[in-house]
Amino acid sequence: MAGGGQVRGIRDRIRSVSSTAKVTRAMELVAASKMRRAQERAVQARPYAETMRAVLAQLAAATGGGDGASLHPLLQARDVKHVSYVHITADRGLAGGLNSNMNRAGASLVLEYQPKVDRVSVISAGRKGRDFFRRSGMELLADFPELGDFPNFEDVRPIARLIIDDFVAGRVDQVFIGYQRFINAAVQRPTTRQLLPIIAPSEVVSVGKAVDFIFEPSPEELLATLLPRYVEMQVYEAVLEARASEQSARMVAMRQATDAAKEMVSDLTLAYNKARQENITGELLDIVGGKAAVENA
Amino acid sequence: MPLKLTIVTAQRTVLEQDGVTKLVVPAAEGQITILPSHAALMSSLAIGEMVVFTGTASESIAIHGGFIQVANDEVSVLADAAERVDQIDLERAEAGRARAQARLQGRDANLVGGLDVLRAQLALQRSLTRLRVARRRVGGATGAPSSRP
Repeated sequence: MAGGGQVRGIRDRIRSVSSTAKVTRAMELVAASKMRRAQERAVQARPYAETMRAVLAQLAAATGGGDGASLHPLLQARDVKHVSYVHITADRGLAGGLNSNMNRAGASLVLEYQPKVDRVSVISAGRKGRDFFRRSGMELLADFPELGDFPNFEDVRPIARLIIDDFVAGRVDQVFIGYQRFINAAVQRPTTRQLLPIIAPSEVVSVGKAVDFIFEPSPEELLATLLPRYVEMQVYEAVLEARASEQSARMVAMRQATDAAKEMVSDLTLAYNKARQENITGELLDIVGGKAAVENA
Repeated sequence: MPLKLTIVTAQRTVLEQDGVTKLVVPAAEGQITILPSHAALMSSLAIGEMVVFTGTASESIAIHGGFIQVANDEVSVLADAAERVDQIDLERAEAGRARAQARLQGRDANLVGGLDVLRAQLALQRSLTRLRVARRRVGGATGAPSSRP
């Protein structure tokens, strides 16, 4: 009977959609708890970053302010032939528009520099970004996949080491980094900024009025130990932000999927009941009709 | 006025302490002592033990390089890594020391480049510092840092 088949079809769909809802709901919960942890890590890294910026600003002021180009190779702006771009994305999807928005922002930076310089290359950290640039035929200088959900400072350091080495050796003249900045659980913003040459933080906020520091060893030597750390710290910070963004985007996407699935289940249930009712009515009519035919015979 | 001390690493804030009366720090150019009203100072740090005195109490912390800034009785330590006594795994530190020493002794066999020797020396320094700091847990936290046994 056609009616029965339809009822069964709807019932199967209800079952399948509601099991999908269960899966997305579970993924939402997992992402929510990972988001809390990722966010906490980003917050915990902040005091170090802030202190380092303040210290660097002091040092920059003590060593003669803006014209630091000759002080340290990492401060040296030069003729730009080769631009490298560090692209940080998630390894996995199911995070709404997070990765594609980041890829778009990265692509627009690359497209902006391609006509201006001889060579633009990409360093990817995250599979989604790597696959995107690989598909579009960009030159991948290096790839750092699988940093995990909660990478350590040590996990991220090789990225910084690579760009520092390339920059100091003159193989790369300018380096940018792009990542999803975590604003809050609902908002992430694709952000790109320059990593090298280092633009020294200028505002001296921490100590109030200018203080005469004793430097041990010399300010120049201190700068030399601090600047590489500063680059490492910036890369680390970017990765932490990207991870907090990833988890919150995934949480929101999964919540929407769960809601959509639940709505679909309720629509399907209505259709199911209606079809079932029609079936029963049809059967009753058959019986009544059959009985009448027997009695009349 | 006592000192206000903050020790941070890239991963976390290790210590925030008010009312510090004396501070012994493994600076790059030798150990220094910081008392309240110390002159403004910026220095890089070596690997070593840092001792924080708060009145009569004291605490030892293993510092693995970094940076210190002193200004207006505020001390900020940017450590590459820092461990308080209860964060040190004694067995691991001991194993690390043994490994580094073995490497240094068998130097001509495996270690050719100067970089590897340096690396092993640094590892040795780190584990010795850890061991020294960890030992304070047993002996109680009093007194100045003793010289090595």
